[in-house]
Formats: sequence, C-alpha cells, structure tokens
Amino acid sequence: MDSQKKALLNYCIALGDDSLTLGHRLSEWCRNGPFLEEDLALTNVSLDFIGRARMLYSYAAEVEDQGRGEDDIAYLRDCREYRNFLINELPNGDFAFTMARQLMIDAFDVGFYKGLTQSADEMLAAIAAKAIKESRYHLRRSEDWIKRLGDGTDESHERTQKAFDQLWGYAAEMFEMASDEQQLVDAGIAVDRSALKAEWSSTMHSVLKEATLDIPAQDWAIGGGREGIHTEHLGYLLAELQYLQRTYPGQQW
Amino acid sequence: MVAMSEKTTTDQLFELLSSVTDPEIPVLTLQDLGVLRDISIDDGVINVTITPTYAGCPAMQTMRVDIEKALLKAGHQQFNVKESLSPAWSTDWMTPNGREKLRAYGIAPPLKSSCDQSSGGIECPQCNSSEVKRISEFGSTACKALYQCQRCLEPFDYFKCI
Ligand SMILES: [Zn+2]
Repeated sequence: MDSQKKALLNYCIALGDDSLTLGHRLSEWCRNGPFLEEDLALTNVSLDFIGRARMLYSYAAEVEDQGRGEDDIAYLRDCREYRNFLINELPNGDFAFTMARQLMIDAFDVGFYKGLTQSADEMLAAIAAKAIKESRYHLRRSEDWIKRLGDGTDESHERTQKAFDQLWGYAAEMFEMASDEQQLVDAGIAVDRSALKAEWSSTMHSVLKEATLDIPAQDWAIGGGREGIHTEHLGYLLAELQYLQRTYPGQQW
Repeated sequence: MVAMSEKTTTDQLFELLSSVTDPEIPVLTLQDLGVLRDISIDDGVINVTITPTYAGCPAMQTMRVDIEKALLKAGHQQFNVKESLSPAWSTDWMTPNGREKLRAYGIAPPLKSSCDQSSGGIECPQCNSSEVKRISEFGSTACKALYQCQRCLEPFDYFKCI
C-alpha cells in the first residue's frame, strides 16, 4: 500500500473512531436521560454518530481492500489501535458535562465537515455532505442547552462551569495534525484542522458569554488520541462495546 | 429461475417498487420519501439505487430487504440494491403527494430546507394552527422533532427539514 493510501486509511479510521466512541457514550444515556424527550434526543444523536462511523469504517475497509469489513474495524481492534480524540471517550459525567462536551465537539464538527465536503476524495466529500447537515442540527441543540444550563439555576450554572473547566484542555488535540495527515491536506483530501481553531474559539466564546459562563483558562492541554495513547476509560468502553463480538467471533446481526 | 421478460421496463419496476413503504412511516413509499433514486437494467440485471436518509437510520436495512423481497416476489432473480451517499438526501426531495400523506397521518411535513429552522411555518396537522411550540429537537425517530399545538393542545411530530 502506498503511503498516501495508508494515510487515507488511517484518516478514515480515526474519524470513524471519533464518531463511534462518542456515539457509544451517548447511547449510555438511553433510559437514563433527565426526561423522556431528552432521552430520545440523546439516543438519536448517538445513532447519527454511529451511522457516521459505519460509513467511515466501510470506506476504510474498501480503501484497505484486505477483506476486513466495518465490524472487524469496530470490534476487533484494541485501545492502542483506536485513534479517537480523548474527549470522545471520557465518561458521560452529569448532564452538564455531557452537553458541554457535545458543544465543544459539535462546534468543531461543523467547521471540520464543512471543510471536508470540499475534499478531492469523492467518498469523503459525500460522507461529509451528510454529516454536516446532522452536525448543524446537533450544534443548535447543544448551544440551546448550554445557554439554558449556564444561565439557569445556581446549581446548573455551577455544574456547567465545572464541566467546561474539566474539559477545556481536551480541545487542544482537535487542532493538532497527526503525523501522516499533512500529505492528505496537500493532496486536497483532508482538512487542515489547525486552521479551524479561530472559528471554533469564536463560537465557544459567544455561546459561553451568552450562557453567563467564563471561558476557562488555557493553562493545560492533553492529547495523544491520534497516536493511540488513551485515557484509562477507553478500555472499559471497548470492553462493553466489543464484548459480544469477542465472545462469539463472527456473529452477524 | 424466471428469466426476466424482455418487456420489463424501468417504468414497470418503478411501479412495482412504489408499493414499498417506509417501515417507520408506513403511509410513505420510498418514492414519496425520495429514497428511491434510480433503477436501471444492465444485461438483464436490475440495479436499484437508494440513498440513506440519516446516516444512522436503522430503517435503511429494512428498506433494502423490503425492496429485495418485492423484486423476488415479482419473479426477478438478478438484482443489486446499492446505496449512494451523493448527492446527500434532502427532505426537499419528498414529493408533494408524500407531504400531503404525512399531514393526513398526523405528522407535520418538512418545510423547505432553505427555511430558517425556527418554528415559523410549521402548522398543526390536526387543526392547521401555526401557533405551535417546539417540545424537543428529536421525536420518536431521528427524522422527527416533537411539537405541541398551542390552540388544540395536541402534541405532534414534525418531519425535520435537512
Ligand atoms: Zn392544533
């Protein structure tokens, strides 16, 4: 496999991993939502991310052309082979934490997938054209929630502020390019993520300001997801996600 | 195996597949929904192209199987049902007939995707009042949002426009 094809394969898998890990986390809210409508909303957003992961993994399998399918990629890789941003794998915490994370990711995804619709790779552009519509919808919802929570009661304000304080340093790696990503940017296939930070920051500043929340100090940052270095949480997530396929190898739905 | 009649045309196949409905909104056919994009016959093999609505819509698999069943039942043996992502599905593709069927079924049809996404223009499918309130961005499925009519107080699903 030539190096550009290998980079494309890694790229699709990394994007799929972002979607799958977050989709899985959101699915954990099923029957635990604060009220019925919100329970449905969280699980519907979860489905959007899992669907996105399926498209990306299926395409990765096609690029690789070694007989692996989407299920093999999702279920038969261990932590070190997962390439998602760490923010996606963090446990849900309380509802404020889940929505604060969602806002940070949705604001990133809207800029990212908008860029990816222009990809020279037709399949990535097609996947992005679907994803961008969903992400715009997600962003509107997470913005609404953060404004309600931040500008809500003392307790909701305090919990939401605490969530952003705990999450802020996880944003840094969303704007750091992986080692083999630049060649895809040069080929017009990938999005230059380092260029997305300004727009992301401006969205975050305006939403948090309206929500009467403080922008956390940028005094720490953590990364490593794109290199396969994860928090302790991913192993537990994969244990649940992959249990059935590991116990009954080759099971089909 | 039944050889495909020379006379089978794509028009007949469109007619045949127009009986296949959305498993979650059974009043809508796949054609009403804009999911059925193309049918062609190449060397006796029927190629049906469908496009997914939402990326994670669990109904897509069922739609595919229902199409295959309809083709088999009509005696066709050689066919492929493939999914095409591009151009991305839009609720603008829903037919006027489909919109009317949705309304009669109690679901407010999607506005045009150029709409500003606020509640403006959405009408209660029961009493046609435009005094409606959004309850949740998501309803019983990914494609719907939950609203309530302020006049007749009836809660209803709105088919989101994307
Ligand atoms: Zn009404």
